Amino acid sequence: MSTTTDTRGSSRSDAPEKGGRMARLGSVGGDWLDQRVGGARLVRFFARKIFPDHWSFMFGEVALYSFVILLISGVFLTMFFVPSMDEVVYDGVYEPLQGAHMSKAYESTLHLSFEVSGGLLMRQIHHWAALVFMVAIFVHMFRVFFTGAFRKPRELNWLVGFGLMMLGMVAGFSGYSLPDDVLSGNGLRIAEGLMLAMPLVGPYLSFFLFGGEFPGHYIIPRLFTVHILLIPAAILGLIGIHLAMLVAHKHTQYPGPGRTDKNVVGYPLFPVYTAKAGGFFFLVFGIIALVSATTSINAVWIYGPYDPSPVSAGSQPDWYMLFTDGGLRLIPGWESTIFGYVFSWNILIPMAFYGAFLAFLALYPFLEAWVTGDDREHHVLDLPYNVPVRTGLGVAWISIYLILCLGATNDLLAIALKLSINDLTWLYRISFFVVPVLVFFVTKRLCLAIQRHKRDLALHGVETSKVVRMADGEMLEIHEPLSDYDRWVLVSADQFRPLKAGKGVSGLRAKASSFFFKDYIEPVTPADLRKALEHGSHEQHKIDELIGAGTGDHATN
Amino acid sequence: MTTTDPSSRTTVSALAAPEGGGFPNPGLPPHEHRAADVDPRAERRAERLVAAMFVLSILGTVLFVASYFLFSPTGTNLLAEPDTLHAVRWNTLFTGLGLAISVFFIGAAAVHWAKTLMPDHEMVEERHELGSDAEGQRQAVQILSDGIQESGITRRPLIVTAMVGAFAVLPIAVLAPLSTLGPLPGNKLHHTFWKAGLRLTRDHDGTPIKASEVAMNSIFHIMPEGLTNETENYLEERAKAAAVIVRIDPSIGQDEESLANGYNGILAFSKICTHVGCPAALYEQQTHHMLCPCHQSTFDVTDGAKVIFGPAHRPLPQLPIEVDAEGYLVAKGDFPEPIGPSFWDIHKEK
Amino acid sequence: MKALSQHRHHPMAYLVILLLALVATGGVYAAFQPRAAQAEGASQEDIAAGEQLFLANCATCHGTNGQGQTDADGNTLGPSLIGVGAAAVDFQVGTGRMPMQNSGPQAQRKMPQMNEEQTAQLAAYVASLGPGPSIPTADAVDPAQGDPVEGGEIYRINCAMCHNAAGAGGALTHGKFAPPLTGVEPKHIYEAMETGPQNMPVFNDSNISAEQKRDVIAYLDALEENGSPGGLSLGSLGPVTEGLYAWTIILALLMGTAVWLGAKAK
Repeated sequence: MSTTTDTRGSSRSDAPEKGGRMARLGSVGGDWLDQRVGGARLVRFFARKIFPDHWSFMFGEVALYSFVILLISGVFLTMFFVPSMDEVVYDGVYEPLQGAHMSKAYESTLHLSFEVSGGLLMRQIHHWAALVFMVAIFVHMFRVFFTGAFRKPRELNWLVGFGLMMLGMVAGFSGYSLPDDVLSGNGLRIAEGLMLAMPLVGPYLSFFLFGGEFPGHYIIPRLFTVHILLIPAAILGLIGIHLAMLVAHKHTQYPGPGRTDKNVVGYPLFPVYTAKAGGFFFLVFGIIALVSATTSINAVWIYGPYDPSPVSAGSQPDWYMLFTDGGLRLIPGWESTIFGYVFSWNILIPMAFYGAFLAFLALYPFLEAWVTGDDREHHVLDLPYNVPVRTGLGVAWISIYLILCLGATNDLLAIALKLSINDLTWLYRISFFVVPVLVFFVTKRLCLAIQRHKRDLALHGVETSKVVRMADGEMLEIHEPLSDYDRWVLVSADQFRPLKAGKGVSGLRAKASSFFFKDYIEPVTPADLRKALEHGSHEQHKIDELIGAGTGDHATN
Repeated sequence: MTTTDPSSRTTVSALAAPEGGGFPNPGLPPHEHRAADVDPRAERRAERLVAAMFVLSILGTVLFVASYFLFSPTGTNLLAEPDTLHAVRWNTLFTGLGLAISVFFIGAAAVHWAKTLMPDHEMVEERHELGSDAEGQRQAVQILSDGIQESGITRRPLIVTAMVGAFAVLPIAVLAPLSTLGPLPGNKLHHTFWKAGLRLTRDHDGTPIKASEVAMNSIFHIMPEGLTNETENYLEERAKAAAVIVRIDPSIGQDEESLANGYNGILAFSKICTHVGCPAALYEQQTHHMLCPCHQSTFDVTDGAKVIFGPAHRPLPQLPIEVDAEGYLVAKGDFPEPIGPSFWDIHKEK
Repeated sequence: MKALSQHRHHPMAYLVILLLALVATGGVYAAFQPRAAQAEGASQEDIAAGEQLFLANCATCHGTNGQGQTDADGNTLGPSLIGVGAAAVDFQVGTGRMPMQNSGPQAQRKMPQMNEEQTAQLAAYVASLGPGPSIPTADAVDPAQGDPVEGGEIYRINCAMCHNAAGAGGALTHGKFAPPLTGVEPKHIYEAMETGPQNMPVFNDSNISAEQKRDVIAYLDALEENGSPGGLSLGSLGPVTEGLYAWTIILALLMGTAVWLGAKAK
């Protein structure tokens, strides 16, 4: 930068030749690649693919990038971690455990945390990235849900994404168990207890998984293979399908002027999105590294090596498994013996509920498509308030999820809030049934209220807060009409109405469509707008007369 | 196989056509220029900022590499004794900050570059329906049905039958290795290390306990005598044998049988929760409740450890005890029923 | 704070204020007293002074002779203190749990209302009511003389289920809880094991020997000394606070970055 004009001049005169050399090199290399992998066709196909810009579209990428960070940090950890349950006597640097008996898995975890430079950092990066991976999947999933991005043609990709979420949970749980500490060991014991409760097959399942009695000598090496091979491979495969379908479908976009179901408006993959999305990987990595440098996670040396006798107060799984623990805490102690055989309803009912709860989410796109009978391709997203029942159902689902999570943390909350754990448990038991219903109706009403407000906005424009009192005492507020561009978002939503049973519509479907669409706000029609504009211009005329007549002091704020 | 004409799908849709034909899409709004597009100084500023962030990233990498050696957990550490957790603290902090700076600012530079200096004219790409038209679908079906014809699958039932049989039998080959994953449960879930005459010993040091040592309102975490590191299947046996003894005033005992299985108000219970198997040994000495920290099942030890709250159903199994000639507490036998979570054939004798 | 404000207008509040005033006066008075027999074993004067303090501060619930009291319904107001020993008094009064300010599921740790001398006098008086555990010597609770490895093993088996592996505390039934152990004086930890305050079971020397108690103290000391090598400990409460951190701080950072990325440059 601080070179003299002379050299700058000379370098400038060099430039074409340099560029020429580079270009020649590029063309030779490019030709070589094109002849072998059809590079030119790939570039033509991909480089100018268009991605729309919106912050809420970035969470899928956060998930993808956290996964890449998990792979990088995970590879580092495997260099030092020993997946073995053989017993050793600890002689590392952590004094309070010197001489204690522990598994090699636990010992190697301590070793890589305390004696490998950057080791604890990598462990923390790995664990924080796992939490962020699941957070990002959830945020992404609910962005997709509330904007209706799962509609045709993306139903299958929704299922793939759902599969990724489930695999993420398995990946997390299997990894959480590997250090073989007291906390994760008790988590495994709970998993064993759940398996035992399965009618007929429970004890066999447990013995096969653990290679005999709990805890045995097999579970850590087995989970290790699951954690570093099976699940990551499956996740990678599904990510491949997920992204391939994304390319085939092209990205969705929010409604806006110029955006239709037949186009996609945004920036090209090369160069803008290469820089933005590529750069975003480094941003996500930087944030996770910053958090990992400053914030402790899963301090296994405090829990101690696994031994079936101890347990710590406040034993919970990582957040994405919390909801499964919630049901187990809230269910009363129901169990029955039929013909001498035990049915543990206190476990089977929560498990069955989780199955149905997750299945609802997985199958929702098909349910909604059946209700609407809408067979068009959708690439322009819904704004959540324009689909009150879907939004209400989604928020109700989240409320159940949250209540289960709160239930699973009732012991910590009891202390934080100075309440009785028993009262809290009862509160959540009742909330589990009451809150989702309330939340559904409140959300639906809220959506309708927003629609009403948007309708007024579309018709009358923005209130300017300037009020004029007319000679006859009438008060008029000056409205600024919207531009065609601003109005478009407010008037372009699809409208659905309940179907009547008969003529190819089953009674059930008619009921369902009534549930979805019986409450609605009349949309703005061109005729409505014309009338409103005429009325507006009439008022404007009156105002102009007043203000134009030099009586500006009538205008107040 | 028949083709469906895409236009002939006849699901009744709840979609309502907009009244009055709806509004026309006004098209893309006019482009607004950024500062860097019109002001060369703003452009220079953005350029310098991007370059500065890349330089910052280099400094971060330097910090990362330097702190690997200057803040080592076991070697040179400028701020703490090596081989301590404090050394680990500084190692984690500085390597982490270095890494965070080096990667974050590469990202920030790239994004700022894209936002301020690369063209920001929105581009429009047309979409095309993924599905083929009727003719395309017909051709695909034709190809497939030709292939089926060529394979002869419809004309050679013998092959089909044999093939179905082969695939039906194949899973057995998968089941066989699965069965070697572990032994069958047998009676292992029904029995523990405890047997008549074994002394109750303190879990933390393995010493036997005299009845006279068990003070009122105390709790002892116990293991059977002879269960040590040397025992075969040490952890598996500990997982089943873990128990506690508590001492209550016999006058508040509500369950005669439970009191009879104890000694002077000293009662021994399995501490493995009958819900899903956490050690449930949070003992409240005034209320005489035992609480499980995992799912809050609460057991009343004055009433045979019956469940009074939470998801567990069965009482904690009680270990029958007595006192030997030297005054030490000993087991009168194993737990009368399996400990821990219920399973389907828990009540079957084995 | 909330609990305090709720009880501000309760008639008991005046009594509490009166008691506080008495204690304060006593404190000032004691401060000007010549410090004579403090280190030695309890003298007759100490016991007598302790009795006065007891009558003023404790007898309402524990009875004028420390025999314990029940209300008309037969509920225990305060348990009998005969035989609880000096250790129990030193723990309860020394950690501010006694005298109790307001009734609740259990007495809370707070600023002690008695100074060290008054606590010693009260302890001397209660110890004179019947034999019980005495206050441990400085050696008996010296973490430097304990073995943190043994202590860790004992702690995990006997203590962590209520007090949490890191000593962060945990919930019990109906609003009761096991308090955090961080920042608690070694002698109070010893006394708590010895005497089993509130709902804590008794871990007397026949269960966890005096030496083993010191090991536990050494372990807790080592935990505090080692700090948190990974950075902020988030209260050592485990995966729940970690998850909350991910959903708040980290998500906010990510969202802020995404918004910046998606926003059009000026």
